[in-house]
Amino acid sequence: MQPTPSSVEPAACDSTAANRTGELQYPDATGRFGPFGGRYVPETLMSALHQLEQDFNRLASDPAFQSELRYYLRQYAGRPTPLYYAERLTEHLGGARIYLKREDLNHTGAHKINNALGQALLALRTGKRRVIAETGAGQHGVATATVAARFGLACTVFMGEEDIRRQALNVFRMRMLGADVVAATSGSRTLKDATNEAIRHWVEHVEDTYYIIGSVVGPHPYPRMVRDFQRVIGDETRAQVLQAEGRLPDAVVACVGGGSNAIGMFYPFIADRGVELIGVEAAGRGIETGLHAASLTRGRPGVLHGALTYLLQDEFGQVKPAHSISAGLDYPGVGPEHAWLHESGRARYVPVTDDEAVEAFYLLTKLEGILPALESAHAVAQAVKEAPRLGRDKVLVICLSGRGDKDVEQIAERMEGERRGTH
Amino acid sequence: MERIDRAFQARMQQRQAAFIPFLNAGDPSFDLSLELFRQIIQAGADIVEIGTPYSDPLADGPVIQASAGRSLQAGFRLPQVFELTAALRQTSDTGLVLFTYVNPVVQYGLDRYFADARQAGADGVIIPDLPFEESTEARAAADRHGVALIPLVAPTSGNERIAAICAAARGFVYCVSSLGVTGERARMSDRLHELVQLARHYASVPVAVGFGVSSPEQARAIAQLADGVIVGSALIRRIEQALASGLPAALLPQHVAGFAAELAAAVHPPQEQAAVR
Repeated sequence: MQPTPSSVEPAACDSTAANRTGELQYPDATGRFGPFGGRYVPETLMSALHQLEQDFNRLASDPAFQSELRYYLRQYAGRPTPLYYAERLTEHLGGARIYLKREDLNHTGAHKINNALGQALLALRTGKRRVIAETGAGQHGVATATVAARFGLACTVFMGEEDIRRQALNVFRMRMLGADVVAATSGSRTLKDATNEAIRHWVEHVEDTYYIIGSVVGPHPYPRMVRDFQRVIGDETRAQVLQAEGRLPDAVVACVGGGSNAIGMFYPFIADRGVELIGVEAAGRGIETGLHAASLTRGRPGVLHGALTYLLQDEFGQVKPAHSISAGLDYPGVGPEHAWLHESGRARYVPVTDDEAVEAFYLLTKLEGILPALESAHAVAQAVKEAPRLGRDKVLVICLSGRGDKDVEQIAERMEGERRGTH
Repeated sequence: MERIDRAFQARMQQRQAAFIPFLNAGDPSFDLSLELFRQIIQAGADIVEIGTPYSDPLADGPVIQASAGRSLQAGFRLPQVFELTAALRQTSDTGLVLFTYVNPVVQYGLDRYFADARQAGADGVIIPDLPFEESTEARAAADRHGVALIPLVAPTSGNERIAAICAAARGFVYCVSSLGVTGERARMSDRLHELVQLARHYASVPVAVGFGVSSPEQARAIAQLADGVIVGSALIRRIEQALASGLPAALLPQHVAGFAAELAAAVHPPQEQAAVR
């Protein structure tokens, strides 16, 4: 058993400390990570994005803002989160020593609160009293509704009709927190369409509304800003693993939908060449079935939600619907920085199917008494493959991005289906 | 490009604004769509905007989204849009402007896109999610092929951006009337007048207004203010209504063109013509 080091403090969003190599200089002044990123949005939003970039740059180097954010991360969100040695999972797999970065222990049950707090404070500092958000699994919606309640902001959350059905618990939580949940009824009625509706709404209300994007997607400066608010995951992990093992991990594994928990985990390790970065995409029913959300594995570069990145699309650039059992990964695009880490080869992206994720969900629940979110279960499933390969003298960290309570009903339905032989 | 200039000049000489209707190509089918475009040209369009259907039209409200859905359902992709444009060009010398989101253009290839647009007979292109900062290569490709890349300015743009955008404009400047996506609106932004004045000050090309123009009355008011009036959702809603009411397909173009004629009459008031003549 490894105690959680109490000396690890939340690092807030200081991006200057990490500029140890050229690779960490991204994005450039135009919001590009290599060729990816940029700002492909209607003209109506451009001035707001420029203003946001200036505000963020100012506040990122403002000690008062940083200390306020640190305060809320510690006292409100519960950071630092533990780095837990998964002893029984390690023994079961017989390979690398496995640690879980317990983002599921954050207030509201996932890493999303890190970013929601940062952006809500930014909204307050820039005089906005109303926030909007998109959500897939509902974790970002809940985090946004939570900080909106805490800071007295009006809040509207856009969520796909299909996700409202499969994540009913989170919808109820958001409504209790005072948020207005609006169903996105267009397209595949999932995260992509919720994001479309949020952007459309923002175009109309840009002058008095702050858009809290939930992942490292969207137009510049969002991918950078959300990364800088999420890098606290990797900063803590790095310090904690050094304390526990006296060295850096050999590999870190995180699930990737838009990719905010993964970037948060990866970013502080980018300069550490010996650390393998493994992003796990949703392979849905299987890559070969076409029913998946593996935009890096099977997509091509194109423009979605304001950024040039990898996405699932047909020959003529029409966006294809994604598929995943996990609403949070059910997205046909991916953050532009992941596209860059994929293309530069610094990170490796692999697909994991619905079935593998569900199996990993049961495994972690039974061996460690921890219910992972179905999103995070994808990362666990990949660790099951990696740990034996790495061997006993190696260290592997899984970013356990969220807890699985929200998925229990869906898992139960699936069990029932299996019992009846309909699955 | 010259057809766009000619269309505005002809109207300006009569102290009138140009009427610029928008429809999605392929809504509800190739043949009906082609006939719709032909009839709205006969009804008085000076330039027509031909929309490329897209799966994720971020700048569009529900009416144009649904229209794009029907068109995609009919199998329309970029090649069919070019095909329809070329067919329309065979029977018309009216200015044709293609409207498309950026991703289909990126996938097709920038240079190839503008080459084929020109080949099909298009005079201009509007890309609503390609702001000035990202448009350097597209502007160069458009210029190479003699196609006008028509930029947008919005009520939130601010002087500096308006100046830069207008200085690089070709064809005309598209003023977004109000905050929000496309769709009919009861009233325009209070700042519209100021926005049009600024655009006119900085641009050497005409200035047209779109987004939200829903009635002949509004079209008439905007024609007093700008060089061109763009109407999309209000026309497309007539397609939607006709399809929902079970109107025989053959009567659809005529039904929509009837409303286009009302809009054209509002944009081109005859007393002005008489006064100039």
